[in-house]
Amino acid sequence: MKVNLKVWRQKNNNTAGKLVEYSLDNISPDMSFLEMFDVLNAELIRKGDEPVAFDHDCREGICGMCSMYINGRAHGPQTGATTCQLHMRSFSDGDTIVVEPWRARAFPVIKDLMVDRTAFDRVVQAGGYVSVNTGSAPDANEIAIPRTIADEAMDAAQCIGCGACVAACKNASAMLFVSAKVSHMAVLPQGQAERKIRAERMVAQMDAEGFGACSFTGACSVECPKSISLDHIARMNREYLGAKLTSENV
Amino acid sequence: MSWVTQTLSSSLGRKVIMSLTGLFLSTFLVVHMAGNLQLFKGDEGRAFNEYTYFMTHNPLIITVSYLLYTSILVHALMAFVLTRHNQASRPVDYAFKRPEANSAWSSRNMGILGTVLLIFIILHMRTFWYEMHFGSVPMAEYDGKQYKDLYTVVVAAFSQWWYVLIYVVSMVALGYHLVHGFQSGFQTLGLRHKKYTPLIEALGTYVFAILIPALFAAMPIYIFLKANNFIG
Repeated sequence: MKVNLKVWRQKNNNTAGKLVEYSLDNISPDMSFLEMFDVLNAELIRKGDEPVAFDHDCREGICGMCSMYINGRAHGPQTGATTCQLHMRSFSDGDTIVVEPWRARAFPVIKDLMVDRTAFDRVVQAGGYVSVNTGSAPDANEIAIPRTIADEAMDAAQCIGCGACVAACKNASAMLFVSAKVSHMAVLPQGQAERKIRAERMVAQMDAEGFGACSFTGACSVECPKSISLDHIARMNREYLGAKLTSENV
Repeated sequence: MSWVTQTLSSSLGRKVIMSLTGLFLSTFLVVHMAGNLQLFKGDEGRAFNEYTYFMTHNPLIITVSYLLYTSILVHALMAFVLTRHNQASRPVDYAFKRPEANSAWSSRNMGILGTVLLIFIILHMRTFWYEMHFGSVPMAEYDGKQYKDLYTVVVAAFSQWWYVLIYVVSMVALGYHLVHGFQSGFQTLGLRHKKYTPLIEALGTYVFAILIPALFAAMPIYIFLKANNFIG
């Protein structure tokens, strides 16, 4: 199949970027979107041009690196999948495909389609951990956790930190990411010791990074490759307000 | 910064202010709607004028009315602050977006809908509230007691088709504002549970987004039709 691409090219964070058009023939519908980009880059290198910089790692849908905003959607037209799990059969022969990097103040463009997502790392460093000594792995069922609670924690813990929620949100809000991190520890016994300070610190760091506020449009959850629920945002609000009213930190 | 100002100036805290003022304004709509149903009574406005007298003289109502004015201002100002903050969170926008693929139109346009409603509230208060408090309203006498005849002012305003049209359009905007705003307000407060969230969503959609705006819109339409002798 033949595709026409409009790809965001930007040398670095200090220079202005623009959409550049490329045309590719003989693309297999079975190729992943990233393999199509590999073909493009091979062609650019052959012509002596600079290849398009884009993030990718596992290409198995679990690392969350492949941040591409494709035809107006985070990770393209599919739901519940990352860019590497998007295949060219999702497009038609002769389609024009616009590819842009994530757009957010907190995610500055490094080059072309690569953005700096270390803001997420700093939010997690602010409280997304359990610092009490939990010892070695306990025997199964030693800590009684009801199945529904374990499932809920796992649903939140599925977050791969890809940033699609921020990219899709009209406010570039990181609420779905931060709430997944707050939520998965707030419901488990291991997370109780730091429950309040975690919510307070992670929300404060989220604000400091320059993410927007939540309008509950639900776009984040739709575009999330792990389909993380808005339930977690409501829980984070509950955790944060509860912590602010009852924690020892004045 | 104390913990209170820190909380209220956080992104979550600002949304809590939006939520609390918004939900308070929603409850006000119920009271305002119920009271104004007197307009349908067909008694040349006596019940309506007695009701407006009560609303402007009861000390509890007067106190709550100041809370109401404050809520409108805080809701609007905070919306402005949040919108500016949210826009600054994405300094470079996408060249190509398809927001309709993942979210409802109303949820993305609360600011525009809110601006329409703010302009409506200013016009509405100028026409009725200002006239009632500071203007010259004709008097009506019931059982030897003098009442301000606001009903006559209402009929005069709603006899004009364009004025009725502004009200109907504004009530459509109100419906779209509340279909998202009412249930979203509960989410912001962390109130989301499989037991009661479906109830909140149904209440927000059928009562607050459809029934209440429809009844409000019916008032100017009814008076217009009556004043221009389309109906008896």
